[in-house]
Amino acid sequence: MSVHVEPVWLYVLVFLCLMVLTATTVGVAFVDLGSFNTLVALTIAVIKMLLVVTFFMHVRHSTALTKVFIAAGFLWLLLLIAFTLTDVGTRQIPQQPEGWGSATTVVPPPK
Amino acid sequence: MSAALAEAPPETRVHYLNANYGIKSWLLTTDHKRIALLYLASITLMFFVGGAMAVMMRIHLIDPAGALVHPDTYNKLFTMHGVMMIFFFLIPSIPAVLGNFLVPIMVGAKDLAFPRINLLSWYIFIIGASLTLYAMVSGGVDTGWTFYTPYSTTYANSQVMATALGVFVSGFSSILTGLNFIVTIHKMRAPGLTWFRMPLFLWAIYATSIIQVLGTPVVAIAIFLIGLERLFHVGIFDPAVGGDPILFQHLFWFYSHPAVYIMILPGMGVISEIITCFSRKKIFGYHFVAFSSMAIAVISFLVWGHHMFVTGMSVYAALIFSVLSFLVAIPSAIKVFNWTATLYQGSISYEAPMLYALGFIGLFTMGGLTGLFLASLATDVHLNGTYFIVAHFHYIMVGGAVMAYLGGIHFWWPKISGRMFPDTWARLAAAIVFIGFNLTFFPQFMLGYLGMPRRYATYPAEFQVLNVMSSAGASILGLGYMIPLIYLFWSIRYGPVAPANPWRAKGLEWQTSSPPPTQNFEVPPVVTEEAYAYGPPGSGREGAHD
Repeated sequence: MSVHVEPVWLYVLVFLCLMVLTATTVGVAFVDLGSFNTLVALTIAVIKMLLVVTFFMHVRHSTALTKVFIAAGFLWLLLLIAFTLTDVGTRQIPQQPEGWGSATTVVPPPK
Repeated sequence: MSAALAEAPPETRVHYLNANYGIKSWLLTTDHKRIALLYLASITLMFFVGGAMAVMMRIHLIDPAGALVHPDTYNKLFTMHGVMMIFFFLIPSIPAVLGNFLVPIMVGAKDLAFPRINLLSWYIFIIGASLTLYAMVSGGVDTGWTFYTPYSTTYANSQVMATALGVFVSGFSSILTGLNFIVTIHKMRAPGLTWFRMPLFLWAIYATSIIQVLGTPVVAIAIFLIGLERLFHVGIFDPAVGGDPILFQHLFWFYSHPAVYIMILPGMGVISEIITCFSRKKIFGYHFVAFSSMAIAVISFLVWGHHMFVTGMSVYAALIFSVLSFLVAIPSAIKVFNWTATLYQGSISYEAPMLYALGFIGLFTMGGLTGLFLASLATDVHLNGTYFIVAHFHYIMVGGAVMAYLGGIHFWWPKISGRMFPDTWARLAAAIVFIGFNLTFFPQFMLGYLGMPRRYATYPAEFQVLNVMSSAGASILGLGYMIPLIYLFWSIRYGPVAPANPWRAKGLEWQTSSPPPTQNFEVPPVVTEEAYAYGPPGSGREGAHD
C-alpha cells in the first residue's frame, strides 16, 4: 500500500471545518426547528463523520477493498437502525374488537 | 515437503511444540499454533465450569420441588451457565482454537497477518474470563445470559456489572481474532490458492469473522449503555426517564442472533472437511456451500426480531422478521443437502471424526427445523419461553457446534499433537455423546410443547418423568465429554506417533509434518489443484498420496 503524506494545511482546514460544524450544532440547538431538529443535527454529524473518515483516516487514498469494508460497516449500521425503526415506528396499542374483554366473553375458570 | 521428514518421530526433529521450552515461551509466544493451544486450555476450563452448572441444574430438576439449590441460586446457575458457555466457550471454540491453528496453515502462510494482535486477543479473553469468574465466585449474576432490561439495569442486585464488563472485554478479543482472519485470508494466500480453491473451512471462518467484526461492537455498546444506566441513571432503556426497554433487546439481539452463527458457521466448515475426507469425495456443489456461508452471515443480521415476538415489538416488525427468519433456512438447508449428496456413492469410513460429523448433520437438522416452529408467529406465541426453545438451541449449539468442535479436535488432533488418539475409545465417546445428548434434550422438546416454562426452579409433578429422563441423559453426556478429555491427554504422552497425513486427507495442513514446524512449512507451498481433489471411489486415487 502506498503511503500518502497530506499537507499540513489540509489537516488544519479539516480541523477548522469540524470546529465550525461543532459550533453550528451547538448554535442550532438554541433554535427550535420543530421536527427538523434531529434531521439537522444528524446531517451535520454525518458531514463531520465523512470529513474524519475521508481525510483523517486517509480513506480517500485507500484500496477499493478497504472502501468496500468501510461501506459494509455503514450498511450494517443502516440495517440496525432501519429494522429497529420498523418496530419503533409502527408500535401501537391494538384496538380491541368490540365485545372483547367484557364480562360476557370471559371464559370461566375450569372447575 | 520431504516425506522422510514428515514420517520422523516428533522427538527427533524441531517442531512448534519443542522449539523452545518454559512458561515464558508460551505466555509471550506469537506462534498462532501455540496461541491456539492457549485458547484450547482456557476454553476447556470454561466449558467444564459451565458444564458443572448444567449438571447442578439437572440434578436440581430431578424433583418437581427442586432437589438441590435455593431458587435464587438456580437463577444464578442458568445465567452463569449461559454466559460461560456462549461468550467463553462456544464463540471462541472453533475460531480461536481450530481457526487459529489452521487458518495460516490452510492458506499456506507462516502465521496470521498480525501475530502480536493474536496474542493480545488471548490476553483480552483471559481478562474478560477472569472478570466473569470473579463475578461467579463473588455472588454470581441472575439476569439470564441476555441481561434483559429493566431487570438488569434497575432491579438486579447480583454481580451484573462485573459479568457485563467481562463479556464487554471478551468481545474485543473476538473482534481482533476476526480481523486477523479476514486480513490473513485476503492477503496471505499461497500462490495458486484462489478463492475458489480454498477449503470450505476457510470460507466458513471468513464468514464468521465478518459477523464478529460487524456485530460484536453492537453488543459492546448495548452492555456499555446498561452500565451507563445502572451507574449514572442515564435514561436509555428505562421508560420512566425517557428510555425504551425494548431498544435493549434490539441492540442485544442484533449481535446475539448472528452470534449463533459465529458458533455454528465454523462448525459447518469443519463438517465440510470431515465429510469429504471420510467419504473420499469432492464436496457436492463447492460454490453453493461456500456462498451459503456468506449468505448465512448476511441474512443472520436480518432476523434478530424473532427473539422478540412476544416481548412488545410491533406486529408489523414481527411479520417482517418472521419472513426473514424463514430465509435463513435456505442456505442452511443447502449445506445439509450438499453434505448428504457428498456422502452419496462415497467410499465412507466411520472413524471418530466422521461419527461426530454424521451426528452433527442429524442433530443440526433437527435443531434447524424446530427453529422454523419458532420463526412462525403463531406457534412462537405458544412455544416462546418454554423448554422447546431450550431444546431447539441446544440442538444447534451442543448437537451442532459442540459436535463439530469435537469432530474437528479429533480430526486435527494428530496434526496438533503429533500423536494418534485411541480410535475405539473415541468412537465409543462419540456414541455416548450422541445418546446422552438426545436423551437430555429430546424430552425437553416435549416438556416445552406441553408448556413447561424455562428458567423456573420448580415445576408441576406431571413433568417429572421427562425431567428425570433429561437429567439421566445429562449425566451420560457429561461422561461422554470426560472420556475424550482423558484419552486426549493420555495420547500426548502414550499415543502412537502420528504420520503427516493419517487420514489421507487433502489440504495444505496435511502436507506438512505432524506437529508442524514453527514456520508451518519447510518450503513455501504452491497450490496446483482444486479443494477436495479426492479421486472417484475405486480409482485408486482416493487418498492424497497418489
